Amino acid sequence: MLGFLGRRFLIAIPTIILISIFVFGLQKLLPGDPVLAMAGEERDPEVLAYLREKYRLNDPIVVQYFHWIGNALRGDLGISLRTNQPVLELIGQKLPVTIQLAVMALIIAMAIGIPAGVLSAYKKGTWIDWLANTIALSGLSVPNFWLGIMMILLVSVKLGWLPASGYRPLTEDPLQSIKTMLMPAFVLGTAIAGTLMRHTRSAMLGVLKSDYVRTARAKGLAERVVLVKHALRNALVPIVTVTTLLFGELLAGAVLTEQIFTIPGFGKLVVDAVFNRDYAVVQGIVLCTGIAFIALNIFADAAYRILNPRMNEQ
Amino acid sequence: MTAAADPHKGQGDPAPQSAGRSRFWKKFLSNPAAILGGVLVTFFVCVAALAPVLPIIDPTATDWMAVRKPPSAQHLFGTDEIGRDVLSRMIWGAQASLLAGVVSVAIAVLLGVPLGVLAGYRRGWTDAVISRVTEALLAAPFLILAIALAAFLGPSLTNAMIAIGLSAMPVFIRLARAQTMAVLTEDYVESARAIGLGDGALIRRYILPNIFPPILVQSTLTIATAIIAEASLSFLGLGQQPPAPSWGSMLNIAKNFLEQAPWMALYPGIAIFFVVLGFNLLGDGLRDALDPRDH
Repeated sequence: MLGFLGRRFLIAIPTIILISIFVFGLQKLLPGDPVLAMAGEERDPEVLAYLREKYRLNDPIVVQYFHWIGNALRGDLGISLRTNQPVLELIGQKLPVTIQLAVMALIIAMAIGIPAGVLSAYKKGTWIDWLANTIALSGLSVPNFWLGIMMILLVSVKLGWLPASGYRPLTEDPLQSIKTMLMPAFVLGTAIAGTLMRHTRSAMLGVLKSDYVRTARAKGLAERVVLVKHALRNALVPIVTVTTLLFGELLAGAVLTEQIFTIPGFGKLVVDAVFNRDYAVVQGIVLCTGIAFIALNIFADAAYRILNPRMNEQ
Repeated sequence: MTAAADPHKGQGDPAPQSAGRSRFWKKFLSNPAAILGGVLVTFFVCVAALAPVLPIIDPTATDWMAVRKPPSAQHLFGTDEIGRDVLSRMIWGAQASLLAGVVSVAIAVLLGVPLGVLAGYRRGWTDAVISRVTEALLAAPFLILAIALAAFLGPSLTNAMIAIGLSAMPVFIRLARAQTMAVLTEDYVESARAIGLGDGALIRRYILPNIFPPILVQSTLTIATAIIAEASLSFLGLGQQPPAPSWGSMLNIAKNFLEQAPWMALYPGIAIFFVVLGFNLLGDGLRDALDPRDH
């Protein structure tokens, strides 16, 4: 396993370098003088000269890149124009909020997607299968920001059951924190429950045809035991892999959900940064998300090998 | 691979091609979900195309005497915060959504497929470089990449389409590469090479027609994703700019008037849902009908 992880990390290095080149290249897309864009409202020639010097904009582009990546490797992704905080510190502050949202959403997605997928595969070709597939496809077709708006309208405005905003940190008031996160997590969770349901169904259909399930049935085991202990346990291998990868999608989905429910997380940070032309923050977020996504991919591969030891033999 | 997509089999003999085509249509038309998808897509395409000639109110015309009026005979879907007709804006908004879906996928296909074919055909260093770049692009989630690109390019529908197209491109590179590698193992490619067919002719006559079906399916499904992405960018203010209508920007404004005018949020969302559902059903239907394993 250690050898496998080492190889995966080595393979990831060129990808990370390419992501960094891409992220660095983003600022070159800015129309006009990048210093004017980076300085925002500031037009003081001294400040502009300082920025030009700080980012080595008078140097050749290759030198600029090495200067930028050198700083990034030391954890210096620049300073936010809006808050004057280091970008990495800002991301570190906002990330736990989004992780809380993503974890809650993932729990909801798994609670809906996995049982629905199992049932759909077990009842293949029946109205239950049709209904589960229809709901899954509908879930994939609903824009989750619209679902969020409709939920606010129904659950908060009409019924008054849950607050539409007013995030509280988990460490401050756990109950209130979960209460305020419930609706956004549901909106985000349903967005990926459909994908999870489809993968579960597909994995279960393969497993249900296998010899060991046939043997378990021949032994006279109760259908529930066959389904949960024998079939689902084996189908879980690809499901875990997909779920790990979906976590990355949840981080992206959080951008819109946090905007609607005014949650001060990673997603809201990126949108605010875009509108405040806080380019260092946007670059930092893309870089961190890319690296996190690669780490999740490696984690998914490792999880797959742990759950399916035959992969190691191959 | 379908018989219709195999030019070697079909050369000088149209029978296998027409048999493949009729098998495709038979399978496609026997799938009610695919037909529903086709009907939904056709409906929205017609609405978008006919927007200029339909007898509807100017979508940018404001009426201060009819601000946030609920649905009525005069305004079937009500009016918005400055008295504009919601139905008219939705009909014109369909143009922006469909245009964004189709144009961004066209960008992704036109850039992604040649790169994917090149990687799969050349292999070696070309493949290694293209594959690493693809992996790097895939590492950033679709929406975050599109937001970052739209932010740096500047907010507009055109830039949103470019951003979505570039973000969707890696999927097509991967698909075209994998399909090209699969086609290259076929016997008819070997024989075409043996008779001295050049690279360009081989790609044009054998590879491109054979990788077309999966690319078509992926394009249909990606249009659905691109429509949601455009709506998301417009919702965030990074897509279509006011006063031009788009479903995403209509929802962006509507979220501020949920209590006073819920209809402003209801109808654009329903429209996005149905058009995306249409493309998803159509894509699934095409995939089933073009699946060679079922032949």
